[in-house]
Amino acid sequence: MNKLLDQIRENVTQTQVWKSIFRHGFPNNDANRALVMFSNVILHLHPVRVRRGALKIKFTWCLGGLTFFFFVMLAITGVFLMFYYVPDTRRAYNDIKDLGTVIYFGGLFRNLHRWSAHAMVFSVWMHMTRVFLTGSYKPPREFNWVVGVILLVVTLVMSWTGYLLPWDQLALWAVTVGSKMAEATPLVGNAGPFGPELGMTVNNDVRFVLLGGTVVGQSALLRFYVLHCLGLPLVMALFMAVHFWRIRKDGFSGPL
Amino acid sequence: MAEKETTLGTLPKRDGNSGGLAALIKKTAAEKMGPEDHVLVWPNLVYLELISMLVITAGLLFLSIISPAPLEELASSDTTPNPTKAPWYFLGLQELLVYFDPWLAGVVLPSLIIVGLVLLPYIDPNPRGKGYYTFSERKFAVLGFSFGLALWYILIVIGVWFRGLDWSWYWPWDNWHAHKPITGGLVDLEVILEKTLGLTQTPLVTLGRYAVTVANLLTWVFFLGYYAVGFGIPFLFMRKFYNSLGFVRYNLMMFLFLSMLGVPLKIFLRLLASIKYVLVTPWFKI
Repeated sequence: MNKLLDQIRENVTQTQVWKSIFRHGFPNNDANRALVMFSNVILHLHPVRVRRGALKIKFTWCLGGLTFFFFVMLAITGVFLMFYYVPDTRRAYNDIKDLGTVIYFGGLFRNLHRWSAHAMVFSVWMHMTRVFLTGSYKPPREFNWVVGVILLVVTLVMSWTGYLLPWDQLALWAVTVGSKMAEATPLVGNAGPFGPELGMTVNNDVRFVLLGGTVVGQSALLRFYVLHCLGLPLVMALFMAVHFWRIRKDGFSGPL
Repeated sequence: MAEKETTLGTLPKRDGNSGGLAALIKKTAAEKMGPEDHVLVWPNLVYLELISMLVITAGLLFLSIISPAPLEELASSDTTPNPTKAPWYFLGLQELLVYFDPWLAGVVLPSLIIVGLVLLPYIDPNPRGKGYYTFSERKFAVLGFSFGLALWYILIVIGVWFRGLDWSWYWPWDNWHAHKPITGGLVDLEVILEKTLGLTQTPLVTLGRYAVTVANLLTWVFFLGYYAVGFGIPFLFMRKFYNSLGFVRYNLMMFLFLSMLGVPLKIFLRLLASIKYVLVTPWFKI
């Protein structure tokens, strides 16, 4: 039996096709374990070796990695949800309702998406707290902390834009509260300090730009949808690439 | 310290590749470690990551099953829910709306938080406490950060669990369906000064819409005095602290720090002295 399995494995792994995909042998010896890190684009996020201390959970608490994991989870479940959702004020609410009632695993995917979003916001906060407490933002990693702050803002805005999409009372009024704040922006909001003096009205201020109108309506829903599903994820991916690349270049801080 | 770090970072790690230059630089504890202190990422770290992903996935599935996403009535601008709440992560800012006007609570204060976070690595010149948890080696930084963090979370907890109808304060055991009596009686600091000191209400000068009275001028003195005293005390009496930061870092840091302290200060003024605004102008109120 073992002989047969070995034969099958031989026949599969020694083919031209297999070898064109995997340029390393099974990672059961040190040479292949190093090769697998070099030749796999995703694993290449890691170095080949780390200090023994880097395995200590109590230093990083895996928080940065988990944040990334939540992002991946959100991307996967988000794509699934996009198949069933149309950002039209006449349809959106019913589409969300259908997810929970008529679509196989629709409710589960929506719940996973929501919980991952909450978890991501929280894990970003915890990750930043950890990075602060271990002083990991200190030279030469100052700029990567700044990139992290940008990622925090994008995470919050992404979460907030997603909040509107179900088009229920919760969504509408949470976003209404938020857009009221935009109206009060100094200089560029119609209700903010020096806004009226600079000619800001409900038709031309920063809130109008955000909502694409004077109320949270169809234009706002479409804007939030596009930002949530396309614009912001692209920005996020760009800054994540910089963030991870910098970590690879600088390594983990301190005597891990 | 910062310079040495950069130099070290730009040189190749192995001495042979830098013509022996890297050997001249004092090495940190981490770099003195030999190959025996290192382990292969596959399988050690990769497996650890796989396990944490599996555990978290299980957790997310569990939460998704026991606590499904809510879906309320169809959005309608005709019926306004009471209270209307932002998502939980913004409820701290919404809670600030009780004490500050929207331009401050919703725009300026969050912007200051972001700016403060961005500036943080540049205004903290302390080289100690890098790469390990420590309180004793960076007391001010840790205390300052924890203070802001505590403020952020406390406001969120209040917003999520203690605010009910009309954004009134509700204890968990209160009847959350009955309105609380509207508490009024808030006055501006300007008016309090006018009354207690018997100041005249006729303006000293009028700048367009702005009629500047004596009391109003005094509130400016109080407001700017808060920052002046705050900037002054460390400058005059804690020279070592000032010198460690330098002029630019000191001013940036103190402005952010005093503004952060000002938030709970204004909250206390409101709660203890029923003060609505400490500073009133026709264009903005603080």
